[in-house]
Amino acid sequence: MSTAVAQKRGLGAVIWDYLTTVDHKKIAHLYLVSGGLFFLIGGLEAMIIRIQLMKPDNDFISAGLYNEMITMHGTTMIFLAAMPLIFAIMNAVVPLQIGARDVAFPFLNSLGFWLFLFGGLMLNVSWFTGGAPDAGWTNYAPLSTTSPGHGVDYYVMGLQISGAGTLIGGINFLVTIVNMRAPGMTYMRMPLFTWSVFVTSTLILFAFPALTVGLFLMMFDRMFGSAFFDVGLGGNAIIWEHLFWIFGHPEVYILILPLFGAFSDIFSTFSKKRLFGYSAMVFATVLIGFLGFMVWAHHMFTVGMGPIANSIFAVATMAIAVPTGIKIFNWLFTMWGGQIRMTAAMLWSIAFIPSFTIGGMTGVMLAAAAADFQYHDTYFVVGHFHYVIVGGVAFGLFASLHYWWPKMFGKVLNEKLGKLAFWPFFIGFHLTFFIQHFLGLMGMPRRYWVFLEGQGLATGNLISTIGAFFMAIGTIIFLINVVYTSVKEKKVSGDPWEHGRTLEWSIPSPPPHYNFVQTPLVRGLDPLWVEKMDGKEGMTPAEPLGDIHMPNASILPFTISLGTFIAGFGFIYQVDDPIWLVAVFAGMGLTLGSMLTRSLKDDLGHHIHKEELEEDIKKGVGK
Amino acid sequence: MADQSHSKPVHHQEYEKKQHREEMKQQVLTFALMILFTFIAFGMVIFEVDSYFIIPTLIILAVVQVAFQLYYFMHMKNKGHDMVAVMMYGGVAVAALTIITFTSIIWW
Repeated sequence: MSTAVAQKRGLGAVIWDYLTTVDHKKIAHLYLVSGGLFFLIGGLEAMIIRIQLMKPDNDFISAGLYNEMITMHGTTMIFLAAMPLIFAIMNAVVPLQIGARDVAFPFLNSLGFWLFLFGGLMLNVSWFTGGAPDAGWTNYAPLSTTSPGHGVDYYVMGLQISGAGTLIGGINFLVTIVNMRAPGMTYMRMPLFTWSVFVTSTLILFAFPALTVGLFLMMFDRMFGSAFFDVGLGGNAIIWEHLFWIFGHPEVYILILPLFGAFSDIFSTFSKKRLFGYSAMVFATVLIGFLGFMVWAHHMFTVGMGPIANSIFAVATMAIAVPTGIKIFNWLFTMWGGQIRMTAAMLWSIAFIPSFTIGGMTGVMLAAAAADFQYHDTYFVVGHFHYVIVGGVAFGLFASLHYWWPKMFGKVLNEKLGKLAFWPFFIGFHLTFFIQHFLGLMGMPRRYWVFLEGQGLATGNLISTIGAFFMAIGTIIFLINVVYTSVKEKKVSGDPWEHGRTLEWSIPSPPPHYNFVQTPLVRGLDPLWVEKMDGKEGMTPAEPLGDIHMPNASILPFTISLGTFIAGFGFIYQVDDPIWLVAVFAGMGLTLGSMLTRSLKDDLGHHIHKEELEEDIKKGVGK
Repeated sequence: MADQSHSKPVHHQEYEKKQHREEMKQQVLTFALMILFTFIAFGMVIFEVDSYFIIPTLIILAVVQVAFQLYYFMHMKNKGHDMVAVMMYGGVAVAALTIITFTSIIWW
């Protein structure tokens, strides 16, 4: 990462720099490293699940541990790996794409990250303190409310803390995109990645409160003796399911939409063509976001909502296939007749199209409520959502990392190793999950610890496990590539793909910490391409060279988040012994005290002076 | 601010003055209406009007008051508030959907 800088300044200074940074580019690094770490932990849990299911009646791990594995695999992959990795790309790219010098609220950006990290750490601490959550990633009541031990308490507190961080991040990007676009960057000139982040942030804003409410009710049921979900005391367990899915279904669009945007940018760059049907793509993105709120109950067809509710949600769900289809066709048409370059990023993107389409197709099958009674809670569902999440989100993350890695770190990831990582992952992915559809149709239920001999499930499960090992090999090669690139590869220019179309490619890689020496003037869609076609080297500035105002670094986001982390433990263990209330008060004291400090102490930021900028321009930053 | 308005041409100044007067009139009017609504609401409860009448009336009065607050006092009627409106109505729609679900599917 920044090894060269580290040698000059000493490790302590670098760590302090990252603890206090409010720079969106460094926060992107933090999200990337911690999200990557959780991705590896989640992957390890997946491998353990697959080894357990390798042969009939296996006893590799115990039934209880298996429940903890599936719960933590799902929770980690969704909340602690996919979300932060998406936030890493958002932070690294969005301010650059709209010509801004930072996000709207740099302090909150940092706070969002630290809340997410401490929430994620809290969830994983549960492995060492007597058992992880074991009620499935959906945490349905009454299984969750009656689960013994503190596992589910960790789920509740951990997700509450990291969820607050995500909500803060989402609001931050909304305000950034609404208010901080460069002159001339109208809504209909925003790159599609920025558009999809905008829609995603709206979904975060509207969907996460439902999770927050659900988690609060769960917290009170488990820790303070309330009975929201306890049927025996007049509660209703279905309330949790609705709240969870009112959040949970938009959540899957929160995961996939930013990567739809990234694919759009990648296809357009490596086909050397403008995106086909730009306005239709924007419309489809908004429509998917809108419809995403009206379909949650398709996760609950077998709950007994009645035929009318089931039919409404079935039809609404199938409707989503229309805007998604628009997108698939537009990507194909973008490539059609283009000057296609098969880079690693492009390889992942092209592989995404058929993989995701299979996932979409099984999605429509599941949406047929009557048929879903057969599929529900079988491996067919597991196959379906891994096709959309791995085939869409994971492929998208790999593609975006390859595409934007030079912008983040100044070096292009080695292409040969990139392609070498792709093939085992791609083959392993289809090997693992395609067969699971058939296992599901044959009646294998999801979440079961073992299957028995003579049920005809042994071969399919063995194939699935072999595929999982291929995916692990692909991931390891990607990690080797990261190390190899940082040691061996050469520094690159601001526009390493040479056909860069959007604003981020008009500035050096990695950009100076103020991003743009002068705010650029945007004259059309794909602003850099417009300038290139006019025979210009870079962007036309929209302002004279002058002092730049930048925010100051601060340790307060870290201490605020640390406070919630300490208080979280207090809340969990005060059930056993009231002495733990000390932790609640100490933690909340730290959090509120830090907030008070932030409120009372003026922090007006600092200026980068014109003279320093002129020095930088002489060194070649302006071009 | 003062010297800025002096530099403007006379007709512009007069136009702005007229605008401000209009704005003031609207604010006073909505304020008066809001107080009246509050009196009506309290009055209906004090005089124990039939609850089938009182509940919908109170809800309507409340909605109108919120609209007054947002559009006249918080300037949503002025230009440049499109995004604010989109977000607020979006949030209201999602919240309404949740309430409809709870009352129609869960607690029926």
